[in-house]
Amino acid sequence: MSNTQEILEVNNVFKVFGDAPDQAMDMLRNGATKEQVLSETGQNVGVFDASFTVKRGEIFVIMGLSGSGKSTLVRLLNRLIEPSSGSIKLKGQNITNLKDKDLLNVRRQDMSMVFQSFALMPHMSVIENAAFGLEISGIDKKTRHQRALTALEQVGLGSYAHSRPDQLSGGMQQRVGLARALANDPTILLMDEAFSALDPLIRYEMQGELIRLQKEQERTIVFISHDLDEAIRIGDRIAIMEGGRIVQIGTPQEIMNNPADDYVASFFKGVDATKTIKVKDIAQKDALTVSSTSSADVALTEASGQFAYLLDDGGRFVGVSPITQGKSSTVASLMSERLSAQYSLNASTSLKESISIVSESPYPVPVLDDKGVYQGTLSKDHILATLANN
Amino acid sequence: MIDVSFLDPFQNLTIPVGEWVESVLNYLVHNFRDFFRAARWPIDQILDLVESILSFIPPLIGILLSALFGWQVAGPRMGVFCAITLTMLGLIGVWEQSMVTLSLVITSLFFCVVIGVPLGILSARYDRVEKTIRPILDAMQTLPAFVYLVPVVMLFGIGNVPGVLVTIIFALPPLVRLTNLGIRQIPEDKIEAARAFGCTKQQMLVKVQLPLATPTIMAGVNQTLMLSLSMVVIASMISVEGLGQMVLRGIGRLDMGLATVGGLGLVLLAIFLDRLTQAMGEQSNSSGAVRWYQVGPIGLVLSWFDSSAKQNVATPQTKATQE
Repeated sequence: MSNTQEILEVNNVFKVFGDAPDQAMDMLRNGATKEQVLSETGQNVGVFDASFTVKRGEIFVIMGLSGSGKSTLVRLLNRLIEPSSGSIKLKGQNITNLKDKDLLNVRRQDMSMVFQSFALMPHMSVIENAAFGLEISGIDKKTRHQRALTALEQVGLGSYAHSRPDQLSGGMQQRVGLARALANDPTILLMDEAFSALDPLIRYEMQGELIRLQKEQERTIVFISHDLDEAIRIGDRIAIMEGGRIVQIGTPQEIMNNPADDYVASFFKGVDATKTIKVKDIAQKDALTVSSTSSADVALTEASGQFAYLLDDGGRFVGVSPITQGKSSTVASLMSERLSAQYSLNASTSLKESISIVSESPYPVPVLDDKGVYQGTLSKDHILATLANN
Repeated sequence: MIDVSFLDPFQNLTIPVGEWVESVLNYLVHNFRDFFRAARWPIDQILDLVESILSFIPPLIGILLSALFGWQVAGPRMGVFCAITLTMLGLIGVWEQSMVTLSLVITSLFFCVVIGVPLGILSARYDRVEKTIRPILDAMQTLPAFVYLVPVVMLFGIGNVPGVLVTIIFALPPLVRLTNLGIRQIPEDKIEAARAFGCTKQQMLVKVQLPLATPTIMAGVNQTLMLSLSMVVIASMISVEGLGQMVLRGIGRLDMGLATVGGLGLVLLAIFLDRLTQAMGEQSNSSGAVRWYQVGPIGLVLSWFDSSAKQNVATPQTKATQE
């Protein structure tokens, strides 16, 4: 069952702050707005009817300005704040009605959190901090320090294991915070404005670090941010929140092309379109691909373009050969004529980052996923056409 | 007449608090005396234990041990400081009395910690507990000691044990207050992080709240010690021995020399305990990379053992290569 795509399902979740949430919930069920509830009952609606799903292995960014309820929403997921109503399903299991003990297990095994303020324990060394979650789960000291050290090495802090947190810079402290969450090997990583307290350069570096880690480990991450550039850079999908309500969910490009309302549109007004478009979304599949292991002759008559892309059995890209229209050729000869210049693009590269590579390449650049599997090609002409459309 | 009593109703309208207290006390004394006698038992045991240890140690050994302890918790300078203050106590001729007073203070500190820290933890966790005990703590600190000295004597008798009891009453409040404060002022994000990683209440207390509140709790311990020392003189009125009694006897006989020597002894003891506990508080504040067993005399001895062990390992190897 754990192979289902949707790992987290949030349905119609409300959170009402105040001393009489039931009354407010009744009003909300009868269609009252947040403002009506506030003026009539004095109860503040923090999250209003939030529904979304998070897929395995994606970075789901919840974005909004301060006061939009995004930090409340992420705390509802691990019930640091109790939802007033609605259901939250983790791997198909509803966690909103879990007993205390089961809830603790969810927090210990399935959800780890990274905080804006780092929230490291000053009385513990870096490695003890990284091992904190494991210590709470009752894992013996040797094992937990081993796993904590592995996590610290993943974030590049292996040599600081015995330092104190206050001896580290902000960026390094947040790496420890990230290592503490990774050491638990959680199903879902909750990151609450994890990079917002860092200065811009370090923040950019940490985003790159997260993208790199994500490529290696394929974690499922719910990332809270108020920074649109950050959301676009790391997010596979973005949920935009305003006033406790999720106004739109989609890939950066989808939201940009079809903003749900003026609020979202104004948000995206200043954004550089080439940053939101990923090359996998615009890669063309019409180029000729040839299996490098087949022995048959390849007829090049129907081929479009001047290049053949050679793939192995797993569909992984091996090389590219020039072809002549109307001639046929053997795979062996194609293999031997492979071009020495090797250009390729990762599928999650943004259009902006791809331009320089495509402009240098003598042939349309193959787009590959993280495992090197061929996804399509990207040519100079196609980039220009895409830019013209946006 | 009518006018006067109307404007000043308290001529006829009074609450006879004094009479009530007296009758309650009489009732307690007549019916529960054995119970209160039995309540002396735990204090008696601890006090006897501490006193017998302290009076058993010869002064020179005591000075040496305290110097080593001071060195351990706060470096060699503190060690020298401890040695000097205790030597001064010996030189002005109050060593024995100091040890009696010290055992009284340590015993009352023991009970203050046993009662005060859990009470502080409870009042940090539950607002209602805090609201309830706050006026009681106020009363314990402000009520003149003479007021409860008499009932304590009636219920518990005289001597060192009731002396410890009145000292506990007076010295307990700051520890409760500061434990409460120390836990309440822990930054919310640390608590939230601990919760997010699945801490139970117990784990939260032991692994997060108490360690983070330790510096503040140590400040409470320090205050409790100081108040205990100041209470010792008053407690000497119910025949508590030690430095306080020297002061009291000196005043009674107008023997200013005796009183001053006793007072000086108390001051020296106070300085000794104050510096030591403050240093311990700072130590707990900056714990981390260096462990307590890696510094001071223990660290020295351990590292010496360590290196000699390495040498022992190394020697046969060199022998082997020579052969």
